[in-house]
Amino acid sequence: MNYSPLILSLKTATIATFIVFVTGVVLARLISRNSFRGKSIIEAIILLPLVLPPTVVGFGLLYIFGKNGFIGRLLLDWFDFQIVFTWYAVVIAAVVVSFPLMYQSASAAFRQYDPNIENAAYTMGASKWRVFWTISFPLAWPGLLAGLVLSFARALGEFGATLMLAGYIPNVTDTIPLAIYFAVESGNLEAAKFWVIIIVALGFSAILWLNWWSKRNMMRHVQK
Amino acid sequence: MLIVEIQKRLPHFELDVKFSVANEIVVLFGPSGSGKTTILNCIAGISKPAAGIIRLNDTILFENKKVFVPIQKRNIGYVFQDYALFPHMTVWKNIAYGMQNESFVKNLMKELRIEHLRDKYPSEISGGEKQRVAIARAIATEPDALLLDEPFSALDNQTRVKGHEELLRIHKLWRIPIILVTHHLEEAKKLGNRILYLHEGKICDSEMNVNLIQS
Repeated sequence: MNYSPLILSLKTATIATFIVFVTGVVLARLISRNSFRGKSIIEAIILLPLVLPPTVVGFGLLYIFGKNGFIGRLLLDWFDFQIVFTWYAVVIAAVVVSFPLMYQSASAAFRQYDPNIENAAYTMGASKWRVFWTISFPLAWPGLLAGLVLSFARALGEFGATLMLAGYIPNVTDTIPLAIYFAVESGNLEAAKFWVIIIVALGFSAILWLNWWSKRNMMRHVQK
Repeated sequence: MLIVEIQKRLPHFELDVKFSVANEIVVLFGPSGSGKTTILNCIAGISKPAAGIIRLNDTILFENKKVFVPIQKRNIGYVFQDYALFPHMTVWKNIAYGMQNESFVKNLMKELRIEHLRDKYPSEISGGEKQRVAIARAIATEPDALLLDEPFSALDNQTRVKGHEELLRIHKLWRIPIILVTHHLEEAKKLGNRILYLHEGKICDSEMNVNLIQS
């Protein structure tokens, strides 16, 4: 049994989730609490991949990163490097589709506590940085963690955009969802079943753990 | 001396006030929605007036479009309406967050009878205790002025009366300009050296509290 789909899926989903977490938290913190012109449009663009079919997202990514795409052409000319059909493409596709989930969770997380708590910290002379690390981030953490787990699950399960940008290349871009599809296509139902069980187990444990952790967190607050 | 001149467009009216506060307690009295909290927020630097001047002692904190000192640098203590205590920190960590001098703070906690609460979390203490912790936290930074937004409104009568006495006692210990917002007339008359009556963003009357007995 070739375990490359498992290793590749975990590697790309972890890297994508890390990127999405950092950028999602920063952007959500900057945007969600302030009002400015064009905010709704920017948020609509950020959330678009949530409502579009993954093939549309894949098409858009090909348009940008493909051989003739804006960034694709730059990379080819300057570094003789192509992103399509590599594991980087898998990461990019995963980032784009899971980012809206992280952004939404983080926005909600930063909005669910009283903004005067941060203001109080500012009146005590704390810098923006100190307020973020000692107040905003700890208070938002439960929501951020939920976003992290959901983003990881989404990144792990991405299929359409990955197929279009990264293709299906055994041992290079064969993530678990792609492996399942092509196993079924080629009649290898045993392999398909195996990967289905693996990914269901991963997704199920993630949700179960998150539910358990949320309950425990709530109990701690109630007790406190 | 705190000098305040603020003009700001609010949803239903134009806020336009001008007043000063020496080392006394000035009460901003008025119905909900008359602009009292906005005034405090402008003084603290949380909101920005459209025009005016805010000066604390020799420092200009705000002047039209020319000067805007950020909240962190104003050294103005603020007790928010819901206290805004840090729920994930103990009482001691809340108070020590902006603390300047540990022995001063320990003495303050003794004055406010909250020493025994130092290892408790905000969710474990009563409303009256939260209010005293919020005041201690604001004064621990040794501010040059203190703002209080309806600090007693959530308390029962007995606790409220105790709170009044504590504030007057603290003011003796730490003589700075204090602005107190309330819509409770009895409280205004008990605590304020001067009362400014606010209606739809304008000061429509002011009163020297000749009945206030400083014990």
